[in-house]
Amino acid sequence: MNLPLQAVMQTFCIEARERIAELEAGLLTLEQAPSDTEALSAVFRAAHTIKGSAGMLGLDAVSAFTHGFEDVLDALRTGARRFEHRLGELLLLAADHLALLLDAAEAGEVPDAALQAAGTALLQALHEEPQASAVPALPPPLAPAPMPVERERPAAETGGPEFWHLSVRFGPDALRNGFDPLGCLRYLHTLGRVLRVVTLTDALPDWAGFDAETCFLGFEIDLDSSHERETIAATFEFVADDCTLHILPPNSQAAQYLDLIRALPEDDLSIGEILVRSGCLSRIELEQGLRAQAQAAAGSKRLGELLVDRHCVDADVVRAALERQAHGRTRRTAEAHTLRVQAPRLDELIERIGELVTVGAGATLLARELGLPALDELATTLNRLVSGIRDNALQLRMVPIGETFARFPRVVRDLGQELGKDIDLELCGEDTELDKAIVEPLVDPLMHLVRNAVDHGIEPLAVRRARGKPGVGRVRLSARHEGANMLIEVADDGGGLDGERIRSKAVAAGLIGAGEHLDAQGLARLIFAPGLSTRDTVTDVSGRGVGLEVVQRNIEALRGSIEIESESGAGTPVRLRLPLTLAIIDGFLIRCAGTSFVLPLDQVEECLDFDVAALHAPPRQLDLRGRPLPLIRLHEFFGLGTPCGRRASVVVVRCGERRAGLLVDELLGEFQTVIKPLGPLFEHLRALGGTTILGSGEVALIVDVPALFALAAARTPPASSLPAPAKLACA
Amino acid sequence: MQALKPSAGDSAARASRQYLTFTVAGEAYAFGIARIREIIEYGRLTPIPLMPAFVRGVINLRGRVLPVIDLAARFGGPPGETTRRSCIVVVEADADADRGGTDLGFVVDTVSEVLEIPLERIEPPPAFGQHIRPDFIEGMARLDERFVVILDEHRVLSIPEMAQLSRLTQGAAA
Repeated sequence: MNLPLQAVMQTFCIEARERIAELEAGLLTLEQAPSDTEALSAVFRAAHTIKGSAGMLGLDAVSAFTHGFEDVLDALRTGARRFEHRLGELLLLAADHLALLLDAAEAGEVPDAALQAAGTALLQALHEEPQASAVPALPPPLAPAPMPVERERPAAETGGPEFWHLSVRFGPDALRNGFDPLGCLRYLHTLGRVLRVVTLTDALPDWAGFDAETCFLGFEIDLDSSHERETIAATFEFVADDCTLHILPPNSQAAQYLDLIRALPEDDLSIGEILVRSGCLSRIELEQGLRAQAQAAAGSKRLGELLVDRHCVDADVVRAALERQAHGRTRRTAEAHTLRVQAPRLDELIERIGELVTVGAGATLLARELGLPALDELATTLNRLVSGIRDNALQLRMVPIGETFARFPRVVRDLGQELGKDIDLELCGEDTELDKAIVEPLVDPLMHLVRNAVDHGIEPLAVRRARGKPGVGRVRLSARHEGANMLIEVADDGGGLDGERIRSKAVAAGLIGAGEHLDAQGLARLIFAPGLSTRDTVTDVSGRGVGLEVVQRNIEALRGSIEIESESGAGTPVRLRLPLTLAIIDGFLIRCAGTSFVLPLDQVEECLDFDVAALHAPPRQLDLRGRPLPLIRLHEFFGLGTPCGRRASVVVVRCGERRAGLLVDELLGEFQTVIKPLGPLFEHLRALGGTTILGSGEVALIVDVPALFALAAARTPPASSLPAPAKLACA
Repeated sequence: MQALKPSAGDSAARASRQYLTFTVAGEAYAFGIARIREIIEYGRLTPIPLMPAFVRGVINLRGRVLPVIDLAARFGGPPGETTRRSCIVVVEADADADRGGTDLGFVVDTVSEVLEIPLERIEPPPAFGQHIRPDFIEGMARLDERFVVILDEHRVLSIPEMAQLSRLTQGAAA
């Protein structure tokens, strides 16, 4: 395979996977609402796109399979078949199969015999669906296609046709309310000569969504009558509440047709069709116009202009029609206004901007040192611009979390079926955006949590009934921004954590002592401990006691934190707090033993002055406004020797609900921090989250506060041996 | 220089290799130049806490943060003392490493010269009697009545192994 083709192939695979995701989403919607024609169309479109592109690339296996798949969808669309649960199941399996075929195609392989056999079997099953369920064939349209009635051109002076034009749209409930649209049309015959009736079937859904009791029809009628407007309108008097009626008298001016065109609900019509429907242009005139257009040089004249040139229609009318067409087109292209950029290019851009931020900081530093106000001002402007570009660039990496959420309806559905639970998954805040670099590693942890909610959270049906809960369990996956963080919550309406059960399991696993007392939060945290599962049996779904530990590790690797809240019987919301981006943070710069450290600014609460000399040795705990505050002496913690100066500062940092003071030498203030990862050599070094380059070129170390807390807790001797907290004067 | 192998075409490349020679803790060592990117002056190094002695810290090399290894400590001795002649040799990531390839630097006391050493002058490492781990030695080159230790770059600068050692160190500290 040569290179350009390979690139095309790659694009195809990416897009095809997106289409498969759409396909799956559509099928799941159909499962809930089999008459949702929009979903069916979306599924059909997705399959059709895959088929077309695969055919173009010569991926015969993919296109052949999709073709068979599409046949079934087509049968659904035309109403030849009905969407049933079993068919939905098969179609989902077919979507899975399609994904496998794509994998093979991407790897440049021809599907092996097993895969091919599976595909054939699937297609066969799809087509074997009983035909008995087919609905009767489509009846002939109520009103036959209009006979091309030749009509005389109105005199140029009057400027309009010499007949009435009626546009009627019957409301969906017209039939249910006992009205017969045909009766109205018949009655019109008594008022004069009905020149033409055009039946509008645009509102007609696909047969799967067709309801015989709902009226979908509209009519465009040309009537030659000498009666008054009132008399004609009276025809529709009884249906007045269930129809929309526009009546244009004979010799109407262009402006009135113009208004009518705007008022018509139909969209996506070619100009000619609209004009024909409006009755100011005959089909013959339209055909002549089309011929003339074909003869004219390509693109020299539009159909509308030609018609105007040939004095068939008024220029105003054409403009109105063109406007409508353009309106439809803009809406369509707005969706296509996205640009696919390769992630590494974006990373490169962001890295460059990161360096720009560093240089900008250097310029500010230099300006201050040199004491040149003009330069300082320039540096400030530069920094403002750079930080603007930084934000723009980071925006580019932001993707809505919805793309990640999209896979869960299927997961929940399949898992629910496997476990015999009926579960409704609610998605919230799908538009919330976060860095693509975070989205990807988030998939696995979310998967664990959602599976856990379904398996452990939602009780079996019998238990739910006994507790007086609705039979259908609810799992809620939501996302929202909270400050510089993203908050993702996985919640269920299940039984919540069983504190006693966790305790006994934890005791059995040797995680806690038998007599140890833990509050609800502490017990809840235990479920993240390795090797703890409240399940007695290991199932396919869960019970191995490794899942949640992995979740916690993954989330912490993303500099996020995890909170769990549970009251027995009230579900288990698990909250993930994540940074919006991994590339740049606002930091707070400190110095300790000659080394610069950066603390994430959103984790810094306050800074306090601290007189070292006043105490023989810094205590392990401070008294901060009456509350004990654990003190971490950064020198000692990092093994950097003893503090040098007699004055020191305490930075109060927070992680979730926990707080601690960090004893440091010097506070240097806020600093926009471009994070550079530490690399594999420092993988285990959990208390440091990365490095950054200061304006001076020096490398500063970024402190990972949650990991620092965890490490400090592991090193701290038991609480009983702590000396009394020292009083602290607030600066 | 004589071609020893029958295939005369590429024998020149095969029959000898270029090495950078330097000293660490008074001993002479050689390192194949293929992976060496540049040699910079020692300075502006940020120590990384909670790491074993053989990790000196990190440096900023034109916007990239690279770890710097103290070879003296890596060889099991006390960390090397820095002098005005101390240098940092920057090497490219090990392409052969199964994971965790990264550029890094190592500290040497003095850089001597780049030498072309014929393969015939290189002898297999002795099984014992050396002051560094035998698996660090690729061979011994005999040069004008003295021996230079040719380092096995994959082993000496093995990121997975050093990461493992670091993990153990931190485990002890925690």
